[in-house]
Amino acid sequence: MGDKTPLYESHVALGGRMVDFAGWQMPVQYSGVIEEHEAVRSRVGIFDVSHMGEIIFEGPGALETLNLLVTNDLARCENGQAQYSALLNDDGGIIDDIVVYRFSATRLLVCVNASGRQKDFAAFSARAKCRQESDDWAQIAVQGPLAAELVGSLADSDVAGIGTYRFAEGKIHGIPCIVARTGYTGEDGFELFCRPDNAPKLWDLLLTRGRPYGILPCGLGARDSLRLEMAYRLYGNDMDDRVTPLEAGLGWIVKLDKPDFVGKRALVAQKTAGLKRKLAGFKLTGRGIARHGYPVLQGNVRVGEVTSGTFSPTLKEPIGLAYLPNALAEPDTEFQVEIRGKPIDAVVVPTPFLTREP
Amino acid sequence: MSNLPAELKYTKDHEWARLEGRVCVVGITTFAQDQLGDVVFLELPKVGTVVKKGDAFGVVESTKAVSELFAPVSGKVVEINQELVDAPDAINSDPYEDGWMVQIEMSEAKEAGELLDAPAYEKYLAEQAH
Repeated sequence: MGDKTPLYESHVALGGRMVDFAGWQMPVQYSGVIEEHEAVRSRVGIFDVSHMGEIIFEGPGALETLNLLVTNDLARCENGQAQYSALLNDDGGIIDDIVVYRFSATRLLVCVNASGRQKDFAAFSARAKCRQESDDWAQIAVQGPLAAELVGSLADSDVAGIGTYRFAEGKIHGIPCIVARTGYTGEDGFELFCRPDNAPKLWDLLLTRGRPYGILPCGLGARDSLRLEMAYRLYGNDMDDRVTPLEAGLGWIVKLDKPDFVGKRALVAQKTAGLKRKLAGFKLTGRGIARHGYPVLQGNVRVGEVTSGTFSPTLKEPIGLAYLPNALAEPDTEFQVEIRGKPIDAVVVPTPFLTREP
Repeated sequence: MSNLPAELKYTKDHEWARLEGRVCVVGITTFAQDQLGDVVFLELPKVGTVVKKGDAFGVVESTKAVSELFAPVSGKVVEINQELVDAPDAINSDPYEDGWMVQIEMSEAKEAGELLDAPAYEKYLAEQAH
């Protein structure tokens, strides 16, 4: 049946439609994907992301140890800052994409995908001392332009002053939380880490006090369309252990000038040899919706594969990500996606799909 | 329970059919659109296409899922709802009126009698829920 987060009962009570996701029973939607998507783009929405895992590195040398296992450079991350990063195998394949929260050089929390709870812990543990805390944390994401006002009204400290990709320990209406200004939607917002016992209370509080802001509980469906409009990669869809972060377009989280890290040698070799394929954003110019696994064609020859695709609720057109031969992965390049046996026209576009005024 | 107009016939694939003489108007039921979620894409056959009962004649997609449409009767497609192709969200908001998809001129009159009436479809839905 799958694992349940501490908010399972809340989802069922709210009429959430539960599906299996990476072995977890999660709500795919409550009122409707598009309505929830729009709530986050224009107001505020909350997501249960308690299925994500947490692994702790603590003690003398914790930062240096972890820095050898991840692609980004924790020396360039300040205390109280979060850093997007990746965990690779020796061949440079992505085991998981992660966010490292640096409390100090001797205390770091790694947030991993649900599918990475065991696998990442095994990979980390093989080379370093760390602690599995995935069952000790619940996570609620509060996302949208009104998120700061809502969370600010409930916090016992100044959360509006927490910068983007920064975090602080604080209390939300008396509930101890890690308050992180992070998210997966492209909107301003927070991810609140709390103890599982407190999660239902925090969830209900946000929904009740968020009502004047037009808050909606949001499911995985809206989470997926929101992240895809920003071209944020989804592990398992857009990347896995057979692709490198360079191919996945995540070169910006790879710091090859670090003395060493697991997978570095393979990435250097790949960079020297030149990339053969790259993840690119596209729009369909023909009618249809591209989905994960659909073939990419050029002149009737299969040259790649769609990894994510949806109908963008904001742009009102079909968008997607696909692995393309390097030479084709340039904006304005035309190709086709095979949808139910028919080639449908598509064009490479710059990402993110959604561009905002600063 | 689902909204099931008594004057319509239904299939186990969750299509509805409105019989108007030899013509059968086809759409999907409230239950089907609710299961799909927000519909964002509809593909229908060309007018003149000949379909057999049970054949896939089109595709409806929501934000999350792809679902085929199955012909409730055999015959020739004599009209399609082009407005619905351009704005398929009416499948969610008004599945039995604005949400009609195709009109099929029946070639096998007896097939009309093989469709479910509202109570039979409602019973089928109840069985599926258990």
